[in-house]
Amino acid sequence: MAKHHVTTTLNGSPVEYLCEPHHTLLDVLRDDLNLTGTKEGCGSGDCGACSVMLDGRLVCACLTFAAECNGRTIETIEGMANGTKLHPLQQKFLEHAALQCGICTPGMLISAKALLEKKPDPTEEEVRYWLAGNLCRCTGYNKIVEAVLDAAAELRRA
Amino acid sequence: MRYEAPTTTEGAVALLAAANGTAKVLAGGTDLIVQMRSGRLAPDLVVDLKRIPALTSIAAENGGYRVGAAKACMELVEHEAFVRDCPGITDAVKLIGSIQVKGRASMGGNLCNASPAADSTPALIAARVTARVVGPNGSRDVPVQEIAIGPGKTSLGKGEILESFLLPKRAARSGDAYLRFTPRTEMDIAVVSAAVNLTLDEGGVCRDACVSLGAVAERALVVPEAAAALIGTKVDEVALKALAAAASAACRPIDDKRGTKAYRTKVAGVLARRAAEIALNRAKGTN
Amino acid sequence: MANDVKFPERELKVIGTSPVRPDGVPKVTGRAQYGADWTLPGMLWAKVLRSPHAHARIRSIDTSAAEALPGVKAVVTGKDFPEQKFDYVGPERVAINFWHFTRNVMAKEKALFDGHPVAAVAAATKDIADEALKLIKVDYEVLPHVIDVDEAMRPDAPLLFEDMKTRGVTPEPTTPSNISKKIEFKLGDLDAGFKMADEIVEMSYKTKPVHQGYIEPQSTLARYDTDGQAEMWSSSQGHFVMRTFTAKLLGMRVADLRVHAAEIGGGFGGKTICYVEPIAVLLSKKAGHPVKLMTTREEVFRATGPTSGASMTIKIGATKDGKIVAAQGIYKYQAGAFPGSPVMNACMCGFAPYDIPNAHAVGYDVVCNRPKAVAYRAPGSPISAFAVESTLDALASKLGLDPIDFRLKNIARPGTQMLSGGKLAHAGFAETLQALQKHPAYKSKLGKNQGRGVACGYWFNGGGESSATVHVNEDGTVVVSTGSPDIGGSRASMALMAAETLGIDYESVRPIIADTNSVGYTQATGGSRVTFATGMTVINACNKVVDELCARAAKIWKIDRADVIWENGHARPAGGRAGEFEPMSLKAIAAKRAATGGPITVSASVNAEGQAPGFSAQFADVEVDTDTGHVKILRYVAAQDVGRAIHPAYVEGQIHGGVVQGIGWALNEEYIYDKNGHLENPGFLDYRIPVCSDVPMIEAIIVEVPNPVHPYGVKGVAEANIVPPMAAIANAIDKATGTRLTDLPMSPPKVLAALDAG
Repeated sequence: MAKHHVTTTLNGSPVEYLCEPHHTLLDVLRDDLNLTGTKEGCGSGDCGACSVMLDGRLVCACLTFAAECNGRTIETIEGMANGTKLHPLQQKFLEHAALQCGICTPGMLISAKALLEKKPDPTEEEVRYWLAGNLCRCTGYNKIVEAVLDAAAELRRA
Repeated sequence: MRYEAPTTTEGAVALLAAANGTAKVLAGGTDLIVQMRSGRLAPDLVVDLKRIPALTSIAAENGGYRVGAAKACMELVEHEAFVRDCPGITDAVKLIGSIQVKGRASMGGNLCNASPAADSTPALIAARVTARVVGPNGSRDVPVQEIAIGPGKTSLGKGEILESFLLPKRAARSGDAYLRFTPRTEMDIAVVSAAVNLTLDEGGVCRDACVSLGAVAERALVVPEAAAALIGTKVDEVALKALAAAASAACRPIDDKRGTKAYRTKVAGVLARRAAEIALNRAKGTN
Repeated sequence: MANDVKFPERELKVIGTSPVRPDGVPKVTGRAQYGADWTLPGMLWAKVLRSPHAHARIRSIDTSAAEALPGVKAVVTGKDFPEQKFDYVGPERVAINFWHFTRNVMAKEKALFDGHPVAAVAAATKDIADEALKLIKVDYEVLPHVIDVDEAMRPDAPLLFEDMKTRGVTPEPTTPSNISKKIEFKLGDLDAGFKMADEIVEMSYKTKPVHQGYIEPQSTLARYDTDGQAEMWSSSQGHFVMRTFTAKLLGMRVADLRVHAAEIGGGFGGKTICYVEPIAVLLSKKAGHPVKLMTTREEVFRATGPTSGASMTIKIGATKDGKIVAAQGIYKYQAGAFPGSPVMNACMCGFAPYDIPNAHAVGYDVVCNRPKAVAYRAPGSPISAFAVESTLDALASKLGLDPIDFRLKNIARPGTQMLSGGKLAHAGFAETLQALQKHPAYKSKLGKNQGRGVACGYWFNGGGESSATVHVNEDGTVVVSTGSPDIGGSRASMALMAAETLGIDYESVRPIIADTNSVGYTQATGGSRVTFATGMTVINACNKVVDELCARAAKIWKIDRADVIWENGHARPAGGRAGEFEPMSLKAIAAKRAATGGPITVSASVNAEGQAPGFSAQFADVEVDTDTGHVKILRYVAAQDVGRAIHPAYVEGQIHGGVVQGIGWALNEEYIYDKNGHLENPGFLDYRIPVCSDVPMIEAIIVEVPNPVHPYGVKGVAEANIVPPMAAIANAIDKATGTRLTDLPMSPPKVLAALDAG
């Protein structure tokens, strides 16, 4: 079977790739486009480490066929900072020690950003339920939730 | 594997009807891709339905809503009117996986994956939703409970796809609710679930009810005995007890990694009762 | 040498602050490279074929069709790995038998668990590798299997090893069994002790194996060159350990294998042994290309980790006034497919927090058809603590005593004779319990179906071999290289200790993890040892740097070395010469390095001793839904003596993380096998680790009773915190409902069944 030719907007730039029909967006990001910031923790949508934005919606890259993305907009962790300026969430994760091993961090950040875009002033409970699809085994979630709430406050002030 | 993304229902039907080998439709992909990765499924053809407007739209129809079968759950829970008018279905849709999964997953996929534990199915059944099935011989409207007939099995024929749901107009003084039990607060499959839809008269007496249970049989059950326990009552303590007993009595679950027969049977009654209490409050407008 | 540095008698400047970690930015921008993120030109993809049977003899493996598939460059099976001597080597508590180890990496005669590797391929693409696996024909003779520890100990149980005789029993048993080892510790006179008791509680417990649950599956990239030298990028808790194991399993010379520490996505003990590394190197050797081997989540669950499940009986007796007079623990631990459960730790840790004059612990190491048990955060101790601390709670209730008061009455103090031998050398247990007791919420009222449970936990903490090199650069910055992979922020704590010792800014120190051929040998990041032992060698190296800086200043000032002291990051003339010269900063001295003797670089190594045990005391408030059996954690408070918190935010993070892992262990995590011995839940959907919405904010109380052996008082933090939660939650459920759960996990069906049984 011939490969699919897919044209996307990836982190703001036009990006084309060829993919096998059964390959996922995660496969293509990591293995073909060398964007390894999107992590594979489970490959079944249960851990959220591969969270990306697809046409402005939070999805798991492992549960998306690469071939589906033709004409679509993809945002990954590599596009989160504005050039050399970290996104407030990235900065707050650092300041709050909200990462230990850091493997869940890219997915957490993408997921948290999606939350704050919809809900600039979430409660702790709303943060916890929104992030329920992003597993972290190191932090017990305390400092992640604190960092998200603090980043939300900062974004509201901005 | 071949991947196709038609833009019309007819195009999708034609591809499926002409397919040799294993053909699968892709709605959200949250079950399909997992099954493929685990090696349980190796389709020769995947037909992506998400570029078909009829499958991805929501529109008012006869005072209710017509919802595309592949419409992403997050789009539904962000649809203010839908959430207001369909609280029980919203309860269920909100529980279909993480935010990420709901960004892709759909009610149609949830129904046609035909897991007995599917969250939206009991809620759709209780709300008396009709499914529109389109195939090589045209379209037909069927009650939702006739779609999924056993674990992984649907009543759809070759070339047929589930195009949309019709969520009927809600009667005055009616309310519905869906509850499931999972060990964790999120990211789980229902161990047992219950949906209750009821309508009160002006005096607060229940005149109509439908109760559906999930994960207690090979498919979501409709339990008329449980509904009967509510009809003609003010959904008081006696009625709720009878409802719980009827719900438990209707269960024919299995023991598996997610729960035991005894557990599912007992908790089906507990959840039916709790769902009825929420539905009652919604019907009274006090939720 | 290890312990030649005195506790500095000055106020700490940077230790105890929580700056941003030096390796933070790449981790929030996605640029940090973990095990799966490394690639090399010409790289092949490897996949592993695994046994679908829990127990089967491998009659033959035919790889010819796979080898003939275009794109396949190498296939290996157990036969390609050199045979290893059957011998238990190393300290008994952590002994390794490489005859077993090589068979765990790749089965030879038998497959011993569902998921046991039997062959591996390297191919041009992942898809070809997958296709090749399907072409490998394995002829299995399926054998009866055994999963449960009590069943595995029965005389008629299927034997994993037909010639296994229980070690530690005299005379040696005449018949083989699945019991690999028996160990025993005795103190005082047990019978006499129980005779003195006014109340005795005896209870039996079971626990299921639980997985470390790191989010990053094992992955490695290996390159073997035709000259016999190899290089490897591995995500592990110890790249030196990976080198040792891989070289040993492949018969390589240690110096020929250079291992780089990739960033590691969680380990919790599970990445202290190797699975994929020797396979990748061997495939690379055969193929003549670099090979990347990434495992899937399913492979991780089926064939790595977990820790043991266990069957235990605990008997404890106390006098009316609450003094424990005798205690006995019988611990039967699943080792999995090969010997080596942490049951010795169970025997040593279970009663360790308490002063018990008459005590007895018996442990059994039992093989069964599951993946081999591997270290998991305080290995062995959480399991025994679940049993001991539950029993203590029941005893406190019988005696009508507050659970903290009861424990304080019996708490071990410096000088207490320990069951495992020797006397407790360090304070901190009582202080930690008292800190917990003082928490304002401890006396707060709870509602209906709510309960508060208390439990304690002990862990040895680790010392051992660590190395560091400190380079002073010409601009006054400092590079600190160590051999300790950083899982939870240890680069930050190394930089803090170096900055403190040198008297410079935290930002002037750049800590890195050097590869195995660039820094001295360093044991794995585990046993809560890094901040203690690697920290100690960093401090030692920095002290030597200070000494050298003073010598350089003396040279510049043309005065005696003895007349120079180091104060506040500056060399100063001392004694009679004070005031003669302006103090010189590290930066000023570094600028003159060429003129004063050349590069200022110091390497140091320790085999650190004098580690002080970790101790944690916790309480949990829970609410039980008595209609569904669901347990909700309302509040969780965890106090822990860490000696000294070098970076308090990461210390808190360790406590939060350990507690939440414990909550998962208590409530939902378990390996579920079907009747054929297949793992039914090899994924994060049905292996239920806690999600964000499952838990409240964990309240960490940092207790600091310094370890006098460490220059800054460090004891260690990572492990003791996971020891108490299972018992704390069981005790809370008992308080909430009057029903005691003795079988982990306390999942809703079990809780409901227990409640319904009354």
